[in-house]
Amino acid sequence: MFHEGIAFTRREFLYSGMAMISTATSAPAFLARSGLAMADQNMAHGLDRPGSVPERVLVVVQLSGGNDGLNTVIPVGSPGYYRARPRIAIAEKEALLIDPNQGIALHPALADLHEMVSEGLASVVQGVGYPNPNRSHFASMDVWHTGDTRGGRGHGWIGKGLDQDRNIDRSLACVCIGSDAPLAAQGRHVKPVAFERAEAFRWAGRQRQPELVSVYDRICREGGDSDMDAVTRFVYRTALDAQVASDRVRKAVATGPVTRFAGGALSRQLQLVAAMIRAELPTRVYYVALGGFDTHAQQVSTHQRLLREFASAMKTFYRELEATGHRSRVVTLAFSEFGRRVAQNASAGTDHGAAGPVFLFGDVVRPGLQGEHPPLDQLVGGDLRFGLDFRCIYAELLDNWLQLDSTAALGRVFRKTRLLDLS
Amino acid sequence: MAISTSLNRLPRRDWSPAAARHLLWRVGFGGSPAEVAAVWDAGLDRAVEGLLGSEDNIAGTGPDVDPDVIRPLSTDERRAARAARQSGDEDALREFRSRRIQSRREDRAMHIRLQSWWLQRMIQTPRPLEEKLALLWHGHFATRHRNVRDAYLMYQQNQMMRTYGAKSFADLARGVVRDPAMLKFLNNDRNNARKPNENMARELMELFTLGEGQYRERDIREGARSLTGYHVNDNDFSFRRRAHDGSSKTIFGQTGPFDGDDFVDIILARKRCARFVAFKLYRYFVLDIDEEEDRWPPASKRVIDQMGDRIFRDRYQLQPLLKDLFRSRHFYDSAVVGKKIKSPAELLAGTIRAMNTPHRDPRMLREAMRRMGQQLFDPPSVAGWDGGSSWINTATLFARQNLCLYLITGKGSRRGGSRHGDEDYDPMVLLGVGDRHPTSVANHLVDVYLGSHVPAARRVPLLDFMTRSGQTVTTDTLVSLLVLICAMPEYQLC
Repeated sequence: MFHEGIAFTRREFLYSGMAMISTATSAPAFLARSGLAMADQNMAHGLDRPGSVPERVLVVVQLSGGNDGLNTVIPVGSPGYYRARPRIAIAEKEALLIDPNQGIALHPALADLHEMVSEGLASVVQGVGYPNPNRSHFASMDVWHTGDTRGGRGHGWIGKGLDQDRNIDRSLACVCIGSDAPLAAQGRHVKPVAFERAEAFRWAGRQRQPELVSVYDRICREGGDSDMDAVTRFVYRTALDAQVASDRVRKAVATGPVTRFAGGALSRQLQLVAAMIRAELPTRVYYVALGGFDTHAQQVSTHQRLLREFASAMKTFYRELEATGHRSRVVTLAFSEFGRRVAQNASAGTDHGAAGPVFLFGDVVRPGLQGEHPPLDQLVGGDLRFGLDFRCIYAELLDNWLQLDSTAALGRVFRKTRLLDLS
Repeated sequence: MAISTSLNRLPRRDWSPAAARHLLWRVGFGGSPAEVAAVWDAGLDRAVEGLLGSEDNIAGTGPDVDPDVIRPLSTDERRAARAARQSGDEDALREFRSRRIQSRREDRAMHIRLQSWWLQRMIQTPRPLEEKLALLWHGHFATRHRNVRDAYLMYQQNQMMRTYGAKSFADLARGVVRDPAMLKFLNNDRNNARKPNENMARELMELFTLGEGQYRERDIREGARSLTGYHVNDNDFSFRRRAHDGSSKTIFGQTGPFDGDDFVDIILARKRCARFVAFKLYRYFVLDIDEEEDRWPPASKRVIDQMGDRIFRDRYQLQPLLKDLFRSRHFYDSAVVGKKIKSPAELLAGTIRAMNTPHRDPRMLREAMRRMGQQLFDPPSVAGWDGGSSWINTATLFARQNLCLYLITGKGSRRGGSRHGDEDYDPMVLLGVGDRHPTSVANHLVDVYLGSHVPAARRVPLLDFMTRSGQTVTTDTLVSLLVLICAMPEYQLC
């Protein structure tokens, strides 16, 4: 009985994604059926009602490098803003007013975002941060990824959230566009899929000799036998899941968009995501990133370009979701690891700071300006004071949108933000 | 047949080429058919001695490192910087800033060189166990360059782990509380008598020596006080007496004016620590078992108990235990052989060593390590890599298969590789003088690269491919066969 007992206990067996429901059709009987094949069938039979919880999708947009929040969501009504930034401040008459009472406006490059706000599709959450902020990119990004101000244990808030769902399709639960998956997406049990191009998410052996593919398929799609021990069966099973996942992803992105996407890194990524959402992959969370926000010098033109790309990509993305009938399924969170210092530096740029704005998109967000702009006369060591802990937003998204247990994912209870309106 | 649960020696008659292959993969990074034959020929005792203690080192292969890549400002520089800030001398401030940015850039470049250097060592070393243990301890006393931000400190730590790794866990633990990279990583350089920082004391007990639940919060608080003043001065450990709390502490019921070294010794005196180390060694070398003890298979538990006793009796000397473990019946049991998931480093270095693949672009190898989830000198957190089945998922499996394809053919990379990447590769030498019939070749290579335990039924796709490929085995066919062997799920295991 050693063979049965040694490698995996039953619980681990389940966790490893090896729990299987038999009655396979395409998969070899001893591997039973993969979760993906099952999801396929469910959809064919219309079992997943659009808008029901398993169909809800979260998209996370990471603005890497530390976005200058103060030049993104601008306190044009505060003279202190213009005093602190004589060379890089955005003139009041150019900025796009979002809240006349608070004297807050958006950067002129955010016209598309401004439009989404007035359409009720976007929410601008001000002054988001965490206690004792870290000004290192890596360390602060770890904090945002793990939801733990001490940097965590190698697992992220999304991964730990998805770990809570025992019925989830582990092989495609979280899809990240990029060469490797971010820490945020690493669960103890649920592991993210990451690729830059869907073509990279497959075996590359055809480049050596196309005839090898049929042998490869025989091994990875039909291989294995009923005598395998648990570990070997796990790898065979993962190999099969990988082929099915790759087929589905590549098929999904092969369908062109209805809307015209602009060039640019973020647009390209969101185009892929829109295609996968449209194909109704069993994915709960998509993760994309736009880099370059580390604007230490001559930041005006760089920052303008990045913000324009961000806003335009988001608008196109939601237009596409609308056109394909999936808009109500998708909430998007956009964040950066920190804001920048209030005062400009000597190089017409800004250095690493603390609190900054976060953006939420989707039908169910409470649109417009949320929270209060951090007061410029109450700085902490030259940095904006945070008014809302970012983990409160995570908790809202996990509990109320994805219906995953945020306390288990974040290790403690965070107060609700009411940033989503799901009534 | 019941599994052997003792560390009793493997009977001489059970020492086989398959066992030699197993030993090479588990204790080192695999080996070519010729190396497997040589190890088998040497016999179990000499084989284990060889892996543990061969004297010849890789000469002249130190990495290109600069101890001053990150250095504190000199007194003069500090004074100048202060003056510039006070007078608002923007040119001078810009100069300081650009110097800082430049040294960060150099540090990142050095970090990358260090990653490649270590991978090369794993690929080339005649003493693979030394690197294997350094890798174990790197994941155990996990420290991240991206937080430490000083590649030279990471290199120093790596050398420390290489030096003590096969000798003594006690020396390792004592070394770690004085290791500048670790002290920085766990913020102990900010642990002062006036304001103790508990980070190091907590991780020391939870992750490095005892395991969760084996201590009380009070032991952490008192332990943290004993570690106050354990700071860093540039590249060296520095004991700052004025920051150290010299008053009395009570740790695990013992009271005295302990310092950090005493704290470590108090921990080492606990039998639980030896058992924790035994578990870590078992999980690294024998089977991917769970963190939680109540889920260990009974056979593993009995072996770990014995290992813990042995380590404690040997006062944390590791060589005697490792020698016994690598010669034990348990280690060669059919429930152990071929049942462990290769780490990315094992897969990469092992494929190169076992298949004699030609030189490949170091950037590609580093990128592959990143995709597979194991960046050297940058583990995900202080808890190291999860290991075991967490190495493999739908995304990393493709990354692993495509890495092997790239190593063998030079193809399949995003950078494209060379069009005729396999021209400089001659796999014929792997065949030796054996039978050259296509199916015999396939069976032979399955035995060598997947293990003789792989049953005939699962070999069929490979045998059919060889049968279809013609009467004689060409280089081209052989390269394709190796590519397919690496795509077999069994290749992910060792």
